[in-house]
Amino acid sequence: MIRLDERGKECPIPIIEAKKALENAPVGEICEVIVDNEIAVQNLKKMADHKGYSFGVQRKSAQEMIVRISVSGEGSQTVQVDSEDAVSYADCKVSMTEDGIRKGMIAVISSGTMGTGDEKLGKTLMKGFIYALTQQDIMPETVLLYNGGAFLSCQGSDSVQDLKTLEEKGVKILTCGTCLNYYELSEKLEVGTVTNLYEIAEKETAASIIIRP
Amino acid sequence: MIKQEPVVFCKGGGCTAKLGPSVLARVLDKLQKKRDPNLLIGYDSSDDAAVYRLTRDLAVVQTLDFFPPMVEDPYTFGQIAAANALSDIYAMGGDVKTALNIVCFPESMDMNILGAILQGGNEKVQEAGGTLAGGHSINDESIKYGLSVFGTIHPDHILANNTCHVGDALLLTKPLGVGIVCTAQHVGGASAQAVDSAIQSMSMINKYASEIVRKYRTHACTDVTGFGFLVHLCEMMDERFTAVIDKDKIPYIQECKDYAEEFYLTAAAQRNRNHVGGKVQFVDTSFAMEEILFDPQTSGGLLVSMDAEDAGKAFEELKTLGLSCNIVGTVEKGQEKKVIVR
Repeated sequence: MIRLDERGKECPIPIIEAKKALENAPVGEICEVIVDNEIAVQNLKKMADHKGYSFGVQRKSAQEMIVRISVSGEGSQTVQVDSEDAVSYADCKVSMTEDGIRKGMIAVISSGTMGTGDEKLGKTLMKGFIYALTQQDIMPETVLLYNGGAFLSCQGSDSVQDLKTLEEKGVKILTCGTCLNYYELSEKLEVGTVTNLYEIAEKETAASIIIRP
Repeated sequence: MIKQEPVVFCKGGGCTAKLGPSVLARVLDKLQKKRDPNLLIGYDSSDDAAVYRLTRDLAVVQTLDFFPPMVEDPYTFGQIAAANALSDIYAMGGDVKTALNIVCFPESMDMNILGAILQGGNEKVQEAGGTLAGGHSINDESIKYGLSVFGTIHPDHILANNTCHVGDALLLTKPLGVGIVCTAQHVGGASAQAVDSAIQSMSMINKYASEIVRKYRTHACTDVTGFGFLVHLCEMMDERFTAVIDKDKIPYIQECKDYAEEFYLTAAAQRNRNHVGGKVQFVDTSFAMEEILFDPQTSGGLLVSMDAEDAGKAFEELKTLGLSCNIVGTVEKGQEKKVIVR
């Protein structure tokens, strides 16, 4: 791991130094660059994208961003970096862990179907969506399942395997206990753990990004 | 030759030192605007000069521009800062009459340096046909220099920046990339030849280009400065038009392509990208060319929207000024994107 503290240095210095550090680095080498402004993060991302390096950023505060660039070329973690107005981002609880889980991002599934319209189509879409979730470079921290969504983590659902895959990748799968009781599914839960409305409310209020298929 | 103190002198200057357009727009939007029918161009359009009508056939143009050094030599810096400040008058189609110096300079530094800066500035004001009539100086820890310029114009002949016609040709009168070259020089990565090209371009006043384009059916005009070619172009397209730019026609300082590949990238260029990137569609455009199109320009050229029939003749005349310039695109009816680069 190469570490560069580029705080207090103006663009293009952080980018040039990171580029130099990575130039002769072997595949798998990681360069950690600490910068103090969002524009430097964006310029580093431009460099990483153009060079085919993978990129990740962790925002510690408004003046401290830790960028990780690695010479892998594959499985690049592309983190959304918005305009300069997004500096307040730093205050949100958005950060990446090493394995591609995005902290503060949760998926809420409250129905067995996706979208409104034909029910059969809705079920197909939901199955496809959960499978697609397993294929993402950036995954949510938690998947919350309640009401009709509770069926998805139980015996007879064709999403059980995909939810297990997510669980293996470090995503927490939580199903509402009240819902399991109501639908008489308590004995049939196949993946993840049981939760309650207290925890559901806590997760949703603390989340920085909620995904609702 | 005077003694130089280059370390203190030049620190990421020129138009790269400008505040970002997004930040600025937020602040300016909050200011209350007094209506005055004689204020023909003011701060509710995106122009950076004000035009005020005095009589039916006479209006005054008022502008101001100053910034920190972007080159090592103080005399050259003075020339460039002045050329840049004078340019706003020419972008409107006006003529320069008087100018006032704006100076921030550390008292502890060699006053010969200040002398060289002011000499460079004065020469450009004179070349523009104007008179340097005073100024104001502040003891400040970092150097900044520029001018407040006063000019005149006929109220019916003002070139606004957003009055294009569909079918117009777009001309650019100077090469892009001076921001990238200055940045490369700042980190020791620019060739002497590239720096010379940039200085030659930055120190040329836009008077000559302005006089040429005024002879033709020019519908809109602006000068390309810190917001880069694409932000200025987006302002020019307003809500009504879309510019289609031919990327192979863009004049730029040749070495810039390599410098962009070396990631000599400024914060200002990225701010420009953040500001209008969503309004621009790039088709098969290289990374380096994108950077060149977002590059902040110090004392950049005029961007002119002109009747397509006249553009060829105007281009032939502009070429005689000795800088690379070109017909870079056309104005079309407004589409989803404001600019298409292909």
